[in-house]
Amino acid sequence: MMLTGLIAPFHFSFTWFVACFLKLTTMAKSCVPLSELATSNTHGEDSPYFAGWKAYDEEPYDAAENPSGVIQMGLAENQVSFDLLEEYLEQHPEATGWGCGISGFRENALFQDYRGLRAFRQAMATFMEKIRGERAKFDPERIVLTAGATAANELLTFILADPGDCLLIPAPYYPGFDRDLRWRTGANIIPVHCNSSNGFQITTQNLEAAFAEAVAMGFRVRGVLITNPSNPLGTTISRPVLEEILVFAARNDIHLISDEIYSGSVFSPDEFVSMAEIVEERGYKDCERVHVVYSLSKDLGLPGFRVGAIYSYNDRVVTTARKMSSFTLVSSQTQKMLASMLSDRVFVENYLETNRKRLKERHDYIVEGLKDAGIECLRGNAGLFCWMNLAPLLKETTREGELELWKLILQEVKLNISPGSSCHCSEAGWFRVCFANMSQRTLEVALRRMRNFMDGPTPIRRITSLPFKAEMALKQKAYSDLESQAHLQIYLKNKHEDALSLLQEEARIKDETIAHQQTLINLMKAELAKTRPPSG
Amino acid sequence: MNPEAEAKAPPADEEATSAGPLAFPPVSARGGGAAAMRLIVPLQGIVQGRGGLVLGSLIPCALFYFLQIYLKRNRSSPSPSSSSPPADEAELPGIVRTLSRASLGSARSPAAVSSRAVSVAKSSDSAAYFVGYKKCSEDPYHPLDNPDGVIQLGLAENHLSFDLIEGWFATNSKNSWFDERQGGLNINGLATYQPSDGLMELKMAIAGFMGQVVQGSVSFNPSRIILTAGATSAIEILSFCLGDHGNGFLVPSPYYPGYDRNTKWTAGIEVIPVPCRSTDNFSFSIAALERAYDQAKKRGVKVRAVLFSNPSNPVGNLLQRKLLHDLLDFATEKNIHVIADEVFAGSTYGNEEFVSMAEILNSDDEFDRSRVHIIYSLSKDLSVPGFRTGLIYSFNDQVLSVASKLTRFSSISAPTQRLLISMLTDSDFITRYIKVNRSRLRAMHALFVDGLKQLGIKCVKSGGGFYCWADMSQFMKSYSEKGEFELWKELLDLAKINATPGTACHCIEPGWFRFCFTTLTEKDVPVIMERFKRIFDSR
Repeated sequence: MMLTGLIAPFHFSFTWFVACFLKLTTMAKSCVPLSELATSNTHGEDSPYFAGWKAYDEEPYDAAENPSGVIQMGLAENQVSFDLLEEYLEQHPEATGWGCGISGFRENALFQDYRGLRAFRQAMATFMEKIRGERAKFDPERIVLTAGATAANELLTFILADPGDCLLIPAPYYPGFDRDLRWRTGANIIPVHCNSSNGFQITTQNLEAAFAEAVAMGFRVRGVLITNPSNPLGTTISRPVLEEILVFAARNDIHLISDEIYSGSVFSPDEFVSMAEIVEERGYKDCERVHVVYSLSKDLGLPGFRVGAIYSYNDRVVTTARKMSSFTLVSSQTQKMLASMLSDRVFVENYLETNRKRLKERHDYIVEGLKDAGIECLRGNAGLFCWMNLAPLLKETTREGELELWKLILQEVKLNISPGSSCHCSEAGWFRVCFANMSQRTLEVALRRMRNFMDGPTPIRRITSLPFKAEMALKQKAYSDLESQAHLQIYLKNKHEDALSLLQEEARIKDETIAHQQTLINLMKAELAKTRPPSG
Repeated sequence: MNPEAEAKAPPADEEATSAGPLAFPPVSARGGGAAAMRLIVPLQGIVQGRGGLVLGSLIPCALFYFLQIYLKRNRSSPSPSSSSPPADEAELPGIVRTLSRASLGSARSPAAVSSRAVSVAKSSDSAAYFVGYKKCSEDPYHPLDNPDGVIQLGLAENHLSFDLIEGWFATNSKNSWFDERQGGLNINGLATYQPSDGLMELKMAIAGFMGQVVQGSVSFNPSRIILTAGATSAIEILSFCLGDHGNGFLVPSPYYPGYDRNTKWTAGIEVIPVPCRSTDNFSFSIAALERAYDQAKKRGVKVRAVLFSNPSNPVGNLLQRKLLHDLLDFATEKNIHVIADEVFAGSTYGNEEFVSMAEILNSDDEFDRSRVHIIYSLSKDLSVPGFRTGLIYSFNDQVLSVASKLTRFSSISAPTQRLLISMLTDSDFITRYIKVNRSRLRAMHALFVDGLKQLGIKCVKSGGGFYCWADMSQFMKSYSEKGEFELWKELLDLAKINATPGTACHCIEPGWFRFCFTTLTEKDVPVIMERFKRIFDSR
């Protein structure tokens, strides 16, 4: 009796142990392996760019339902001209592709040609020409359709680079590239570092430096990818710079991808020069290495339609891309619908003009608003965002300092903006702020929040933002702004000596003086020379 | 021996044999005396070190190419055309390029493309498919307008019930976009960024449709659906999830020729054919899978999955419940995945029952579901291939999460999704459509197979799909691949019938053809049979 009493629990635990062991082994075996791609973290979605989206998704702002929610300023979506699209569709129900009679629908639903509808490619080509003020020609036969520019860029990378090769991309660049261009293709990205000293312009020196760096790292460089107008900068690339880039590509025998998905979102059409124009002006010299990417997601505000395109001057690339586009085709229904929309000249002209105008108004509004709050932006002329400089607010001018501020703005100010470090910006403190994916009202709320933040007692900015305010006042010489004046007085009375030396020291250490700091130093020196604060 | 040459002599391993000759292109091109010696001495090392015959012939070839490239570079480049795009090539991909010396050499020409692009350009991609397809589009048959035109039997499209779909659209054209509650058209749910793996409403609608086509034998869970731009990209995405570059998928052959490009072009997964024979009614056996698995292993190729179509394309047979069970056991034993391509699940017409892989899993609790993935699409069962709507149905949560991220590269346009939602949620229409479509398929199949039978042509007993798999070997001049090709050509040129030869589907027995009959009307069938007869009688 005693014995069984002892053995029973032992026996029980033994069987239990065996059972567990068996279960574990079978579990280990049953865990069917997936690919490295599926199990590794190479998807490039770890950056705060994507983390901010999640934060937004958790508590999105809604004027009525959730007025304290996060405002999404990290999404480059264009909603400012939806009314025009809606108006068009309501007036042209036939454009939707199935109200136009039965025979048309049959052909449409069964349409399987992976080259895409001829009428649609023609309409795309004309639209692209229109955006470029007819200064460049596009041949519909060279257009390869894809389900969005994301797929277009990836497809080009598949075609131009083998795993382990690399592309040079001027930084700051769109954070999604880290995923789109690398994840499945196995290609690498070497950033071409640009900095604020020349307004983040691309230079041959920077390109060559990045090329040398890539070669030193053992990569084979297969191409350079530019976004023009730039995402995240919101600026267009000037003609001489474009020419330099093409010469650079030719000299090093590499490809040149020009991602021009914001070309129709340049505020003034004359300020945009397409790589296609450069190619034509050069009489198609070196054109076989040039590939243009376009999409209707930004300029037409239709990302949900998933329409992108590759325009290549290289026959081989066109043929191969077309074959490979079978993985990323555009629904025939959508092609047909857009074909009629884009073939409507009156609509297109009106849309482009109105959309440019509205974007500019939005842009000017936010830039002015930020300026009032004491924040400077890079001078932009295109896109759905501005490039905002919060470097003066940083506790320390590092990536960590920037992310700390980013978190603060996300959690306390409840704005999701994209930190420059996620765009591989080499200078800390810059942020991309999108302004076209919300209503004017929401934008006002966002600006108010930002202003309150700047005026508030947040520890990080207490010291550092004062000179900034002072700078505003000094620059504008408009002392009617009592607040600015007060800041200026406090600053000049108490802190000026310390702050000035601090700034000078910082500028010296960094060896590259940030423009506004230099201005500030000069202005302060001038003011100090007068030895008394200006009176209103 | 020249010390420099010794220093440069590459070790006789694989890397050196491939990289060695390529390492000296400029020198070889210029061909100066001393330079040539410096080149040739190390090369001799390679030749002597390894298979001399192969390299001995490779190296002169390589030298010749470099010379060509050198000459090409120094010629004035032909004026590049903005006006002469590669239009023809787009229709005939591969054929022209494959053999062209320029394409081989240009791997090193200015603005070189990647080696995977070269292999895509080279892939013959069933040249026959495209030549035939082109002839059909240039000279299409029409009973009145062009009675001597080419009849298309190579396209797996279903036109039999299109009148129903058209009818639906004619009466429901506007509803899908105009939301009454919102007082008219609302573009917000269309234009803006949507979840890349598809709208939940469409997933629910398709899950319902899938349950209906398998006649309620299993219900599908919408949250296990990842929508993709067609089944093509569904297979591509699964390839990326389940295998690494250079791994293999076992695929019973004959198989749908698209599998090669879907798995290989971007994901780099190799298709390992598992040959099936007419004596087994072209159904695969576990023994054949074992053999192919072992052979792959010997070659050093890691097998990651079995990919098969059910109902089978191109044969049209349905897989037996027992075989599916055995396949799962095989996959468990080898610890690999199972991908069931069920795009024709709703296009069955026989008396045989179609068994979905999902149904097997439902009945068998023991089995580890996480290795099973199903491919589905609306292109076949709903006759809307232009709408590019396919999906992955996976029982593996990790695959679902990764695939959902990957759909970023192949998502479906939102307006198309909205349109399909309103169509699929019209349950009266869908019920009627499935029923009518099945009976029409059955009738057309019977008519076509009967016609062939009267000509003495036998087809494999089939239960699904838009085609029959016919044994034409008796009409070949020689029992070989060549004989099959000649017969195919004869059918196309003389009988003006475009069909898919078995070789294009990697069938190991010559003489089999796939005839798609769902693009025909009943009146076309006698015309086709007459044309067949004319050819065969003239022998």
